[in-house]
Amino acid sequence: MSTGFSDADLTAIWLTLRIAGMTTIILMLIGSPLALWLARTPSRWKGPVSALVALPLVLPPTVLGFYLLIILGPHGPVGQLTSALGLGTLPFTFWGLVVASTLYSLPFVVQPIENAITAMGPRPLEVAATLRAGPWDRFFSIILPLARPGFITAAILGFAHTVGEFGVVLMVGGNIPGITQVISVRIYDHVEMMDYAAAHWLSGTMVIFSFLVLAVVYSFNRRRESSGGSYGI
Amino acid sequence: MEFNLRLLVQHPEFRLDIDLRLPDRGVTAIFGPSGSGKTSLLRAIAGLDRPESGRIIFRDQIWQSDRVFLPPHKRPLGYVFQEPGLFDHLTAGQNLAYGLKRSRKPMTASEQSYITDLLGLSDLLDRYPGQLSGGERQRVALARALFPQPEILLMDEPMAAVDFARKRQILQLLDQVKSNLDTPLLYVSHNIDEVTRLADHLVILDQGTVTRHGPIEQILSSHKLLNRLCDEPFSLLFGRVITARTGHNLTEVDIGDATLRMPQQNVTENQDIRLHIAARDVSLTLVRPTQTSVLNILDCHIVSIGKPSPDGQCLIELALPNTTLQARISTYSCDQLALAPGQQVFAQIKAVSIVQ
Repeated sequence: MSTGFSDADLTAIWLTLRIAGMTTIILMLIGSPLALWLARTPSRWKGPVSALVALPLVLPPTVLGFYLLIILGPHGPVGQLTSALGLGTLPFTFWGLVVASTLYSLPFVVQPIENAITAMGPRPLEVAATLRAGPWDRFFSIILPLARPGFITAAILGFAHTVGEFGVVLMVGGNIPGITQVISVRIYDHVEMMDYAAAHWLSGTMVIFSFLVLAVVYSFNRRRESSGGSYGI
Repeated sequence: MEFNLRLLVQHPEFRLDIDLRLPDRGVTAIFGPSGSGKTSLLRAIAGLDRPESGRIIFRDQIWQSDRVFLPPHKRPLGYVFQEPGLFDHLTAGQNLAYGLKRSRKPMTASEQSYITDLLGLSDLLDRYPGQLSGGERQRVALARALFPQPEILLMDEPMAAVDFARKRQILQLLDQVKSNLDTPLLYVSHNIDEVTRLADHLVILDQGTVTRHGPIEQILSSHKLLNRLCDEPFSLLFGRVITARTGHNLTEVDIGDATLRMPQQNVTENQDIRLHIAARDVSLTLVRPTQTSVLNILDCHIVSIGKPSPDGQCLIELALPNTTLQARISTYSCDQLALAPGQQVFAQIKAVSIVQ
């Protein structure tokens, strides 16, 4: 029986935060242009792309993890590419988890940003263009400030959702302490070992963390609602 | 120098097919019923919508051709939208600064403050759009488009949300823009009063095609056309002020064929002005009335007599040597006086208003 966090628990927490942090950065970089495109485009590809982005919401994480394992593995197309580039293969590595988490949490980032940009409407961007603002200029001077709540919600949800993932991690990352053993996997280990006290510590922390995150997001969105719309998913 | 447009915009339920050569100065009004494609035309010119095919050449710049499509931010234009479109995260003053910062030859500070004063914006600059009324917002939007001094200004019914008193001031401002700068103005409107007051050149759109275009004197001398465009028939006359203020506080205007007198107006001598005469303010007599309070009596002849309307009125088209005029009288009077085309009559004009 243990009280508080063991060193291995702390390692798992630190690893989880690093993966979630890195994933969130990448998600914001990929998710913003994707959300912008989805909010703006008249293309007939919008439907299929939206569906693809939303897939992780409905698929069992094991399905996503299974295919990622194959694609990223030594015989998969991406695996062969990364091997050829001398990067090795991604499964069972930190970066493998980051890639998997990015795909898994994508809808949680894309949808709030897309909703916020859609709510903003095309007019401010058209006006800015007629005032000689180019695309990058428009993104930083108009989209970012006007859709800011959507971007903040997206970052928070992307981070929190990555912290809470389990199935994809187990499939793609396995259970290597310090490399792929994140909090959720660590909890699973504690339960398997019948160490319920340790499991309580980590699980309770997760409950409080998740509650606080959602409370922040919802109260933030509630405040925005009075001044023009919610950007949650 | 001129402005060449050839555009084909296709939507599932709408097609805009335009081939125009417009003057690159003065005010060109684009007039037509709603749904005629006025806004689509303006958006295509600005590059906000991409036409299927088209060729837009402004002065010596190619904005669009088979190979070129200049995005809107690279076209030296200003655009005032139908609704203000202010940036909600910026104050009115910051909204004005947004365009200024990105302009190659912005207005000087004194020119700016002249416009902010004229539009009554000086006290509003620190407010956010949410704290402004609809009319105030539209005035900010107008100043925002003017400050960067675009080479051409596109306006899509900018007066829709502005109250009557402010409308007159804005029209005055646009008159000044028109006469002081060589900025051509493309002005979309379905309000004939605004058009008759501002426009030098008129483009009439219907169902996505140009039905008429040309200098306004030429287009609006056709009363048939004018009457189809508005509910209340009127004549538009072009004249020059002879005397701004006579001893009797009257203004005298030479319209070529005659001199019209009207209650003193805020005009200066030799100013070119436009006069609006409603057909219902013109009555006819067979002999020249001598004992009458009506100021203006014109000797003219009847060109044609229109069909009687359901409410017992008919429109009569009259001609002076160089001017045409229309009168609306009752069919009863028309029969009583036995009016017929070619007949000599006297037109009594009860009211004249100056539109410019």
